[in-house]
Amino acid sequence: MKSRKILLLYLLLLGAAATFGLCFGPVKISILELLSDENSAILHLRMMRVILGLVAGAGLAVAGVIFQGILRNALAEPYVLGVSSGAGLGAVLALFFNLSVKSLPIVAFAGAILAMIIVYQLAKINGQVSTQGLILSGVIVGAVFSSLLLFFVSISPNEAMHGITWWLLGSLEAWDIKLLVAVVILVSIGIGVATFFSRDLNAISLGEEEAGHLGINVPLVKKILFVVASLITGSIVCVCGIIGFVGLIIPHAIRAVCGSDHRLVLPASALSAGAFLIFADTLGRTIMPPVEVPIGVITALIGGPIFIILLRRKQRSPL
Amino acid sequence: MTDIIKVNNITSGYQNRPVLKGIDFSIQEGEFFGIIGPNGSGKSTLLKTLSRSLKPYQGNVHYQQKDIHAISAQELAREFAFVAQDTVFNFSFTVWEIVLMGRIPYIGRMRPETPHDLEMAKESMRTTDTLALANRFIGALSSGERQMVLIAKALSQQPKVLFLDEPTSHLDIGHQVKILNLIKELNQKHNITVVVVLHDLNLASEYCDRLLLLNEGRVYKIGKAEEILTFQNIEEVYKTLVIVNRNPITKNPHILLVRKEKT
Repeated sequence: MKSRKILLLYLLLLGAAATFGLCFGPVKISILELLSDENSAILHLRMMRVILGLVAGAGLAVAGVIFQGILRNALAEPYVLGVSSGAGLGAVLALFFNLSVKSLPIVAFAGAILAMIIVYQLAKINGQVSTQGLILSGVIVGAVFSSLLLFFVSISPNEAMHGITWWLLGSLEAWDIKLLVAVVILVSIGIGVATFFSRDLNAISLGEEEAGHLGINVPLVKKILFVVASLITGSIVCVCGIIGFVGLIIPHAIRAVCGSDHRLVLPASALSAGAFLIFADTLGRTIMPPVEVPIGVITALIGGPIFIILLRRKQRSPL
Repeated sequence: MTDIIKVNNITSGYQNRPVLKGIDFSIQEGEFFGIIGPNGSGKSTLLKTLSRSLKPYQGNVHYQQKDIHAISAQELAREFAFVAQDTVFNFSFTVWEIVLMGRIPYIGRMRPETPHDLEMAKESMRTTDTLALANRFIGALSSGERQMVLIAKALSQQPKVLFLDEPTSHLDIGHQVKILNLIKELNQKHNITVVVVLHDLNLASEYCDRLLLLNEGRVYKIGKAEEILTFQNIEEVYKTLVIVNRNPITKNPHILLVRKEKT
């Protein structure tokens, strides 16, 4: 089957990125040396980064694909929609009020859902959600939530929190192992649910009424998928902060290569976005040592221009 | 002839704005049923209410003696198919992918299409003469071709009833006739009941077994073309002066409009 081969290719790409991520860093270590006892600490650290990169990339790409499908808008993405900032604010508030680490994903999820609802309602005029309206309200809600986030970080009595700039710039350095495990589980469940509804997503991306005529319970599927995408985004933001544009660049590239069938777009985007984030992170660590370029900066530098090109193309023709 | 769809006294519309008031009629099995009326008279709203996209505030729509809102969406999608007006495609699906989506009501989640599904999709592309377009992207087609593909998708649902909302708008006269001939063929050979909203009264006259003339959200009259398309009815509903002739070959009513300064 053709799609199996494509997925295998992306899996290989992911393997290559993971190997690259393990071997490269401030110090370059070959695979064999890496496996020796003296380097086990480095291996462990880098392994965590690779795992987090995979999970964050896969999750953000799947969340992006979900938002694009149900909003029928190829520019929708957790960061652009302000959902990431909502999740970030939630997570910072949880830390500010000294809630347990376990509650972080839940509070971040609440922030993500809240942002999504606000953006959707702001963009909805006469029952219609326009591209421009959606992007504008997403950017504005994102900006408001980000500034609130910074404010709470700055007034926090917790000294450790003051150093946290990574909420806004993103970082793949897992700061709590248990949290990482919880996030891996939540994101995997989210991706599973999204895959379960991939054919529904195909139909909904043709139009809500169209999907209804194909026997799909559109309001229910939409709600479930909104929750799933917000949950994925919320969990990822808890561990690695706000990483923008991944959910935009990767699905767009995948659609250009593999077409629009979500049964292929979802897994292919997840695999290649994982590879992409691992690669971008390794680049950020090695490009100008000892300074580590935050991963959010790298994805923004790549994603920003692509976003503008897409937006301009969309304004020229609605198709 | 038995009634396949029965509409019982429906009031329907959108959030606090009733468009249709007290509509009561039925459609017979195997019929080519046309809905006509001026802009804003509620044609599309009626079609949406009949096909379950819109729930009426009052009254109900029965399909084979069952309230359509008591039938599951998936079950109904195997009986009803809908060809919408001006479908906008935001994603570049291929024609084959679109037509195959018509099989969604028959396929379980997480299961691939069966050979039967593939065959049904191919069959409907053969019927609509779109097989050659299979690998093209839907956005790259002409509006005539796109309409054919949407009909192919509807056909692969194997519907008993086919709803079409102005299937010939924006099409040239050649494509208008091509599409309606195809729908007529489906109606007669495949025994699919057709419910179609048409703007063009002459096309409605030529193709429909019966017409429902809507006026301001109410049924003005239902009947055969010669009973509905009289100059009195058209003047009253469309507020415009026309001459009604006969098509010399088919003997169906033919409407001619008259320019103002000539009256």
